[in-house]
Amino acid sequence: MSEYLLRMEDISKIYPNGVVANKNINFRLKKGEIHALLGENGAGKSTLMKILFGMEKPSSGKIFLNNEELEMNSSKDAIAKGIGMVHQHFTLIDSFTVAQNVTLGIEPKKGFFVNEEEAIKFTKELSDKYKLYIDPKAITGTLPVGLKQKIEILKALARGAKILILDEPTAVLTPQETEQLFAELINLKNQGHTIIFISHKIREVKEISDRITILRNGCQVGEFLTNEVTEQEISNKIVGWKIDSKVEKKELKEGEVRIRVKNLSYTSKDKSPILKDLSFIVRAGTIFGIAGVQGNGQTELVEILTKTRNIQNGTIEINGVDIRNLNIKTLRDLGYSYIPEDRMLKGVASNASVSENLISDEYDSPKLCKKSILRKGEISKLAKSLVKQYSIKCSGIEAKVGSLSGGNIQKIVVARECKNIPKVLIAEQPTRGVDIGAANIIHRELVKLRDEGCAILLVSADLSELMKLCDRLAVMYEGEIVAYFDDLSQVTESELGLCMLGAKKHAPEQIGRMLYE
Amino acid sequence: MGNIIEAAIPLIFSGLAMSVVFQASLFNMGAEGIFFFSAAVISFIAIWAPLPHGIHQTTIIVAGALVGAIIMSIIGILKAKFGASELVSSLMMNNVLLGVGSYLMTKYLRDPMASQGSYPYAKTALFSSIVPGTRIHLGLIIALIVTGLVYVFIYRTKWGYEIRMVGQNKSFAEYSGINVVKVIMISHIVSGLISGMGGAVESIAMHKRFEWSMLPGFGFDGALIAMLANNNPLGVIFSSLFVAYLRTGADIVARLSDVPTELVTILQSLVILLISAERFLHSYKQRWIERGIGNE
Repeated sequence: MSEYLLRMEDISKIYPNGVVANKNINFRLKKGEIHALLGENGAGKSTLMKILFGMEKPSSGKIFLNNEELEMNSSKDAIAKGIGMVHQHFTLIDSFTVAQNVTLGIEPKKGFFVNEEEAIKFTKELSDKYKLYIDPKAITGTLPVGLKQKIEILKALARGAKILILDEPTAVLTPQETEQLFAELINLKNQGHTIIFISHKIREVKEISDRITILRNGCQVGEFLTNEVTEQEISNKIVGWKIDSKVEKKELKEGEVRIRVKNLSYTSKDKSPILKDLSFIVRAGTIFGIAGVQGNGQTELVEILTKTRNIQNGTIEINGVDIRNLNIKTLRDLGYSYIPEDRMLKGVASNASVSENLISDEYDSPKLCKKSILRKGEISKLAKSLVKQYSIKCSGIEAKVGSLSGGNIQKIVVARECKNIPKVLIAEQPTRGVDIGAANIIHRELVKLRDEGCAILLVSADLSELMKLCDRLAVMYEGEIVAYFDDLSQVTESELGLCMLGAKKHAPEQIGRMLYE
Repeated sequence: MGNIIEAAIPLIFSGLAMSVVFQASLFNMGAEGIFFFSAAVISFIAIWAPLPHGIHQTTIIVAGALVGAIIMSIIGILKAKFGASELVSSLMMNNVLLGVGSYLMTKYLRDPMASQGSYPYAKTALFSSIVPGTRIHLGLIIALIVTGLVYVFIYRTKWGYEIRMVGQNKSFAEYSGINVVKVIMISHIVSGLISGMGGAVESIAMHKRFEWSMLPGFGFDGALIAMLANNNPLGVIFSSLFVAYLRTGADIVARLSDVPTELVTILQSLVILLISAERFLHSYKQRWIERGIGNE
């Protein structure tokens, strides 16, 4: 057993809202290796690492370091044991110098004051030792992301980290910065450090790691030696790509244009362009998919489409109506529905009952409300029939939504948004983090709506979902549509992957085809 | 018993006023100042308006309610349009109301013949006892009717639904197309109507003249009562009786023994602590959820 430096045995984590983030995971780390932890968004990678870093307590399971059981109550304990973590979102103070950030909390003292010179010297020595070159006197806020990441790594090393956890370190880096990071990591490995590398980019993992652990839906799919598996095998294991779970779709019958986005641009507050001149149309009776690695502008696009973010440049028409000056209520009256990505934040009121959540979009319609008085009988009749139709598992229509499992909560959202056959549906990661049964019900519902003539915009990071449902598929990369497929039977996963990573781009004519009249 | 009920009447009003705003997750303490101020304003009508019995009281109560609604709508506008914290602006408003009310008192209402307080209210403006041998007054009936109305408002009307959804999850309400600004205004105005009414009823029933020189404290009690009742209007009646019972009991205990009234304040605080400690049974709940999933 001493072969392993660290063992996490039978780790399970259940969140208070009933989401099972990890289920009986066994994670083993050898000394001096770079171990990649792979999986899709929501597969449970971050949760597992938060448990290792003491930020979350596992619901069950044990952690052994050098065959010694660890009892961790906070990340302080983890740091004391030589575990360091570099978060996806940096935890640096922008107005501080590099040295100040690196020594934050462990500052060298001179009497009552911080010894600045000593801090700078310390940082310099550290960065020389690990070949993570950086100017200790530079102001953090002025540095590019790649250097900020170096500071984070130095910070962890300064606290004596022997095991380094890097949470999606390359998500924010340019290819050149990534190359450099990899060189630095190899160097760290040669100096005897052990690195856990979280990612969902297969190529990088293949390039840098020695061993791989793959998670899917909170479960462990397997543990592999990197040079014994191909990229294809890895990606199959990650997404669980199964063609057999196809849904029956009727023949494509396109109708009029329901969503028309024209020259939409969006610039964030810090002046970086998020959306660059997007144009596309979605027709009645089709499912238009938008694929892409998260953080390439999809979230902002959906927020603009759903009026939670203002339109800066460009126009959006829904059913031929310009939505710039509409509010959500009038938009909904146009026959528009939206399944939000974060169901707990937007999709439901978790302390309200199932029936109250099911009627929130039409509580004031004449059917449910007469002279401002809600019609209890009608409401419970509607709620009961929806609970049955969508097989929502709950103790009754008066049960609190918060007490249901993630999949059932999502079914409530879908039931509410789909019950009146909307003209336009925007579905954002509709099956994220839900079990297969619920996902199938939701998929069937989306296809049913399409067959009845609804225009559906499906934004998802789940490729198998997109391939299964979509009629048209666009790929977003850095705020642009870089690829468009109007016949999905011709698409291969690897081509899609290349487009999503920005390695391949379609010609403007091909992309222009999605604006067909 | 009579003492408890008469003490509970103003608490029911303030508890209802609080529960309406609490339902929308708005922490507005304005009921405190409104109780005081609406009592001051209606004193003008109660002292000088030559109206017949019946109509006089009705006018007074309606006027009190309007005063409350107007004041609350100011706080509501500040919140809805400018995003000012309703907690801060209502607390500030309480001070403003105390100042303005005291000004009205010293400038216009003070009776030079009395040691303290305004000119006496006209006979036609007063509520008399409805249960012989106690001071229980018509206000009890009004309070019960208002409770019923508020219950229907919160749980049966579309406005109540909107208020509750905004209170549960504002993002969700917005996403569903509910106009949050409107909801904030409605809940503030309704709450103002109730607390203004409470101030008017209390002053013409329990006092024969305007006698308050400080904020009466009903507003803060109302917050406690609404919390105890979990913001359910029907629960407000019982929690008002409970608090009134504690208060009356404290007086009796203080009179008959050496136990100071303050002990009841300590008891009250303990009750609040236990109720607001939501994580009280948290670990128990977590285990329950895990077991539920394990069985699936």
